[in-house]
Amino acid sequence: MNAQLAAAFAVLPNYLSQHVLLSLSAIALGAVVSLPLAIWAARRPTLRWPLLAGTSLVQTIPALALLALFYPLLLAISGLTQELVGATTPALGFLPALLALALYAMLPIVRATISAISGIDAAIIEAADAVGMTSSQRLWRVELPLAAPSIVGGLRTAMVWTIGAATLATPVGQASLGNYIFSGLQTENWVFVLFGCAASVVVALLADQLLALVEAGAAKRDWKRAIAGAGGFALAVVATLAPAASVAPSAYVIGAKNFSEQFILADLMTLRLRAAGHSAEKREGLGSAVVFRALAANDIDAYVDYSGTLWTNLMHRTDNPPRERMLAELSDWLKKSSGVVMLGALGFENNFALAMKRERASELGIATIADLARAAPQLTFGTDLEFQSRPEWRSLRDAYDLRFREIISYNPTFMYRALDDGQVDVITAFSSDGRILAQNLVTLDDPKNAFPHYDAIVLIAPKRANDEKLRAALRPLVGAIGLERMRRANLEVDRDADKLTPRAAAEELGKETGLLK
Amino acid sequence: MIELQRVSVAYADGGRPAVREASLSISAGDFVALVGPSGSGKTSLLKTINRLIEPSGGTIRVEDRDVADFAAHELRRRIGYVFQGVGLFPHMSVRENIAITPSLLGWDREKIAARVDDVFDLIALPRDYLDRAPSALSGGERQRVAVARALAAEPRIVIMDEPFGALDPVTRDALGRAYRALHERMGLTTVMVTHDVQEAALLADRIVALRDGCIVADDTPRAMLSGAHPEVSDMFETPRRQAAAIADLAR
Repeated sequence: MNAQLAAAFAVLPNYLSQHVLLSLSAIALGAVVSLPLAIWAARRPTLRWPLLAGTSLVQTIPALALLALFYPLLLAISGLTQELVGATTPALGFLPALLALALYAMLPIVRATISAISGIDAAIIEAADAVGMTSSQRLWRVELPLAAPSIVGGLRTAMVWTIGAATLATPVGQASLGNYIFSGLQTENWVFVLFGCAASVVVALLADQLLALVEAGAAKRDWKRAIAGAGGFALAVVATLAPAASVAPSAYVIGAKNFSEQFILADLMTLRLRAAGHSAEKREGLGSAVVFRALAANDIDAYVDYSGTLWTNLMHRTDNPPRERMLAELSDWLKKSSGVVMLGALGFENNFALAMKRERASELGIATIADLARAAPQLTFGTDLEFQSRPEWRSLRDAYDLRFREIISYNPTFMYRALDDGQVDVITAFSSDGRILAQNLVTLDDPKNAFPHYDAIVLIAPKRANDEKLRAALRPLVGAIGLERMRRANLEVDRDADKLTPRAAAEELGKETGLLK
Repeated sequence: MIELQRVSVAYADGGRPAVREASLSISAGDFVALVGPSGSGKTSLLKTINRLIEPSGGTIRVEDRDVADFAAHELRRRIGYVFQGVGLFPHMSVRENIAITPSLLGWDREKIAARVDDVFDLIALPRDYLDRAPSALSGGERQRVAVARALAAEPRIVIMDEPFGALDPVTRDALGRAYRALHERMGLTTVMVTHDVQEAALLADRIVALRDGCIVADDTPRAMLSGAHPEVSDMFETPRRQAAAIADLAR
C-alpha cells in the first residue's frame, strides 16, 4: 500500500503540472473564443440562439469521444499541412486535448456572459447611451464591469468542468491526472485510481475556491479580495507548473496501448534507452487504432504491437499463413505502406483465445471452439471493449457459426472478474495474460485456425528507421522474452495481492532476461 | 434652438406610426412640456431630439445643425437627458456618475473636479454624498444626482422624459420647482415629457399636446386651461376642476 502511494506521489509533479497546464490553456482558449462571441450575441439577439445551441450541442458529446475525434481530424490537417507547407502538426497529445477541452469549456462562459450582459437593467443601458457613450465605451465602462461577477462565475463553472474532463486526455496521449485512473483501471491498482480522482478533485476545488474569491470581490467591488483570489490562483499555477518548465523534452517517446503487458514493455524499452544514456518517456493508455497511426505520423518513436492485429485490421487480410511467413509479409507491407520498421519479434505470442473456467468447461464438455459453438446459445460471452468491432470476431463467428445468448463488453479487468463470478461463461482472453494461470482458466483450441498469430513485435517510427541509437537499445529485446516469463510479469501487475507497478515488473523482467543490469 | 420639421417615427414592426409629421419650433430659453395620453407619441418625439430614437421621416435641427450630421454620441454629450428610470451607474460613486459626460468629452481632471463640485452644489445634497454609491440614496436623491449628471457637461438643452414620475407628490413638487429655478438661472432650453398636465401647467411656459402621434394643440398653460383649444379640453378638464375645488376650499 505504502509502496503504491510512494509510486503515485513520485509521478505527481509531472502529471499535476501537465494537468494544470492543459486545463488552464483550454480555459484561456475557451474564454478568448467565447467572450467576444457572447458579447456579440448579447447585442444581436438573432445570434443568441445559434450560439447557445451550438455550444450546448458540443456539451452533449461525451468528453471522451470529443477528445478522441480530434485525433483523426488533426491527422487529416497534419496531412494537409504536410502537402502544403511540408511541415506536420502534432495530432497526438497536447493539441487535440487542448482543442476538445476548450470547446467543452465554452458553454458555461458563453451562457454566463450573454445572460449577464442582456440582464443589465434597461434604464442603465439607456443612461449609458444618453450620456454620450459610444458602443465600445458602453461595453467597457458599463456592461463588462456590471457583468464581471457573473462572467467570473461562468469561468468558475468552466474551470471545474475542464479540470474534471482533463483526466480524459490520457487516451489521446496527453499526460494528466487521468494517467493514474486509466493505468490504475487496467492494472487493478485501486490506489492509483483513487489517487487520480482525489488529486483532480483537490485541484478543482482549490481553483473553484480561489475563483470564488475573485467573483465575490468583483461583485462587492472589494478589490483586495479579488486580488487575493487572483494572486492565490496565480501562485498555485506557478507552483504546479514549475516542474514542467524545468523538464526538457525527451529524445524518445515510447507508446503503449491500454493494458498491463503494454505498460510493462514500454517501461522496459524506456529503461533500456535510459540505461544507454538517452532521455526517454512513455505515452501510455493509447487506443489500439490511435497508437499505430501515431507511430506512422512520428508522434511516438517505438512501441510493441501484435502481428495478427496489424494483419487483420490494417492489411485487411483474412487468410492465416504460418507465423514466419506472416511476419515477413507484414514487415514488407509496413515498410512500403507507411515506412514503419519492424525491428523483430520479442519471442512470445499474445494470441486471442477464448477462455473458460476449467470446471465449467469440463462440466459442459467443451475443449474446442467447435464444441463451444454447440453450447453457445445457452452461454453468455464477455468481451473487451473493442473485440466486437474487430475483424477477428467476424471471422471467428463465421468460421464456427457462433451464436451466443448474450454478449457483454467490459474493461479487460472487469471482464476477468465477470468470468470469475459467473456473470459470463466464456471470455476473450489474451494468451500471455497472467490471469489465465492465476484463475485456472482453459483456453479453447481453434481447430479451424480462425485466429491468426499475434507475435509481439517491436515497431519503429519512419523517421527513426535509421536511428542506430534507438535500434541498438531495442534490438536485444528481439527473441528475448518467452511466453511464460511474460505471463509472470503480467500477473505481477494484475494480481490482487502484492502487486507490482508496471515499472517494477519491467525492472524484474529486464534483470532476469539480462536486458537490464 | 430646436426645429422639428414633419417628423415621423415608425415602429419596427411596421404598425401604426408612433409620430406622424409633427413640426415644432423651440426657441432658446423655452421650457416646453409635451403632454398627451399614453401612446400619443410624446416620448418618441422627445427621443428623436437626442437620437435615442431615429425618425423615419422629417428633419430635426439642434442649434442650427441637422442632428443626422452628428455622430449620435457627440450629439448626446451636448444635450442633458433625465428620465423616469434615473439610470445611475451602480458600479460608480455619485461623483463618478456626475463626471461621466465631461470625462467622455476628455476634459482634464481639474476642470472635471471643479465642475462636479459646482453642479453638485446646485442640487442641494450633503457633500459627503459625493462618495456614496447610488444604492445608498433615496429615490428623490437619486433623481437629483441624475439632474446634476445631465447638467455636468454644460449643455444648453435638457430633455426630460417623465423625470419626476416615480417620486412622491411632495418630492416631485420640490424637485420640479428646483429644476425650474435652475432652468432660469442657467438659461437652459428644456423639453419635458409628462403625462401629468398639472405638472406641465405649473412648470412650463408652453404646452404642446399630442394625440395619436399628431400635435393637436400648442399654447401657453393659461390659454390651454382657459379652454382656448376645445379639441384638448378633455385633457385639461381634471386639473381645472381640481384647481377650482382647491381654490374653493382655501377661500
